[in-house]
Amino acid sequence: MSNGQNERREMTGAEMVVQALKDNGVKHVFGYPGGAVLPIYDEIFQQDEVEHILVRHEQGAGHAAEGYARSTGKAGVMLVTSGPGATNAVTPLQDALMDSIPLVCLTGQVPTSLIGSDAFQECDTVGITRPCTKHNWLVKDVNELAATIHEAFHVATTGRPGPVVVDIPKDVQFAKGFYVPPQIAPRTSYQPKVQGDLEKIKAAVELMAGARKPIIYSGGGVINSGPEASHLLRELVDLTGFPITSTLMGLGAYPASGKNWMGMLGMHGTYEANMAMHDCDVMICIGARFDDRITGRLTAFSPNSKKIHIDIDPSSINKNVHTEVPIIGDVGRVLEDMVRLWRAGAKADKKALYPWWEQIAKWRARDSLAYKMNNDVIMPQYAIERLYALTKDMDTYITTEVGQHQMWAAQHYHFEKPNRWMTSGGLGTMGYGLPAALGVQIAHPDALVIDIAGDASVQMTMQEMSAAVQHNAPIKIFILNNQYMGMVRQWQQLLHGNRLSHSYTEAMPDFVKLAEAYGGHGIRCEKPDELDDAIKEMISVRKPVLFDCRVATLANCFPMIPSGKAHNEMLLPDEATDEAVANAIDAKGRELV
Amino acid sequence: MNAQLQPTGSAYFIAKETEKPENHTLSVLVDNEPGVLARVIGLFSGRGYNIESLTVSETEHEKHLSRITIVTRGTPHVLEQIKHQLERIVPVHRVVDLTVRSHESGQERPLERELALVKVAGTGEARVEALRLADAFRASVIDANTEHFIFEITGKGTKIDQFIAIMKPLGLVEICRTGVAALNRGPQAM
Repeated sequence: MSNGQNERREMTGAEMVVQALKDNGVKHVFGYPGGAVLPIYDEIFQQDEVEHILVRHEQGAGHAAEGYARSTGKAGVMLVTSGPGATNAVTPLQDALMDSIPLVCLTGQVPTSLIGSDAFQECDTVGITRPCTKHNWLVKDVNELAATIHEAFHVATTGRPGPVVVDIPKDVQFAKGFYVPPQIAPRTSYQPKVQGDLEKIKAAVELMAGARKPIIYSGGGVINSGPEASHLLRELVDLTGFPITSTLMGLGAYPASGKNWMGMLGMHGTYEANMAMHDCDVMICIGARFDDRITGRLTAFSPNSKKIHIDIDPSSINKNVHTEVPIIGDVGRVLEDMVRLWRAGAKADKKALYPWWEQIAKWRARDSLAYKMNNDVIMPQYAIERLYALTKDMDTYITTEVGQHQMWAAQHYHFEKPNRWMTSGGLGTMGYGLPAALGVQIAHPDALVIDIAGDASVQMTMQEMSAAVQHNAPIKIFILNNQYMGMVRQWQQLLHGNRLSHSYTEAMPDFVKLAEAYGGHGIRCEKPDELDDAIKEMISVRKPVLFDCRVATLANCFPMIPSGKAHNEMLLPDEATDEAVANAIDAKGRELV
Repeated sequence: MNAQLQPTGSAYFIAKETEKPENHTLSVLVDNEPGVLARVIGLFSGRGYNIESLTVSETEHEKHLSRITIVTRGTPHVLEQIKHQLERIVPVHRVVDLTVRSHESGQERPLERELALVKVAGTGEARVEALRLADAFRASVIDANTEHFIFEITGKGTKIDQFIAIMKPLGLVEICRTGVAALNRGPQAM
């Protein structure tokens, strides 16, 4: 990327920022101007290689950059001012940290001479963002600015990806210095291990070859590793004939139409996936981290299995669950070796797996995602099913907010490809989906981008409708409107005697009028037999749409692993009478909340 | 009954810790740059780990490397996590659990030393006794007038604890103590 013209060229700090963005292949920046970043905005004004997307709140810029990153595999970039600009960025930074999303956040800072004086719009940005970034920098010398931004991109996108912050005081933006182009000279202390230990991989293959009740449990690491990793995962599943389940973050790495697909696992995963996790003899965890939403009660987690764990982050190994064969490395590289070794040595004895598949078929026959259809009221599951049926053959990307609708989307929308599903997994950030959809749409202008939303979550970042209208991003906000914070209400029913403390939204806005007020398009649908036409209308409009889908107000999200329970103690929808729900968690557990 | 050990009904499962906690000494080699100590300390407080003692100084000036010596307390499982979490910090070069390393080479523990400055004021018999005991502990006098001494003492933490306890009735005024400096025996580096 280095060209003679750029070598040690003198320019201002602000010019360097824009030049560094160009040299790192950045096409879009999500941001919001303010006093401490005005010099950078002045440079952005004077060029058109890097396009700036103006949001309405810095949190929106962060989630948009996350959606952009998740759907493209490239780093998302946000630019915000000092003080409140930086503090508003904290939520998306932590969100990106927990879901391993590469995010480069540039923040303005008060002039170096004023740092520490409680100046206007000053905050200790590197101090505040230290625990919610992979790394961060305060640049006090303009001659270090370019190299720091290049390093920031390197750190954000390599190893286990994550968010980084570069804090740039205003005087550094004005100062003149020498620009250096990106070069591969990583600091010696940061060298993520990408190639897996071959001996360990051999041991894993051996263990897999002898398995009679195996299961592959894959996660977001497969998506992060790139499309080749997903391809290799499919190959491994075909070669071995093993059943596969995935975390929320990993959906799409293996196609939902694949014959070995068991559906998502975990708290709201399918019965067959969780039962198979519990009863398996060999578990192959690929790019996932044994999160508490996945494992249920740890002491009863998959008690009789040997576990293989592939992860690029050594701290994920043995953190929650003990692993017999840990393999540290990039999922793609490790799978490449694994597939090669399996082809060379292991005999695929698929017949030996027949009894296991028969058992799985019995669990599957429980039909754990079933729900009671209603002809008068739209069931939320039905709404997602129809949305899926009418959009699956299009170039579709799905984002979500957080709550019941998110789980229903994960259960009933089926993904065939990686990078098509953007959701806030680790942090569980309500308000993620709408701005994330904006980011996805900017990256894929001709695609159909749908935010499957809840009526409560969507109001947290509703203001970004205005950004979507401004940037001609025809995002579709499909709101499952039950007028409750559905998941909060469900937990109150489970744990707190159905006392619905502050989980009902009494003053719901008119989403149709709201859409029109923003210059978008509003649709309301209340009847199941009108749903298809309404969805078709939504798809055909080339404008941001708020779709107010009125669904059954008191539906619960099942199946579910209640608290304190193990994978084989799921609460299934046909058993979940009001009484069973009320007693799912014993009195002792409840009084201790 | 410890209520926290029961399932809380919020789907956070709190398991009873069955392993015994141990004291371990970690050596952490880091780039000497602004904020690096805050990153290390923030990691400990943020993830609920203990710091029993902390010593930091630049050890290789030309390479801008500092060595942080941390004495921490945790179960073997937690200690392994601490090591890996420290290794994730970008300016951290190496983390060595000196206690584990010393066990591997047949030692009970690494070489560990602390330094303390101890101010004792008094006259008459107590003053003579303080000086006599300081001599027995190989503490040296680095400041004195007719009413006080400041002793400098180095050694294992237990030795310094003992010295301070003895000085208490003899007119102890104040103490300043460093954290632990530690190396493993033998010719190899960390």
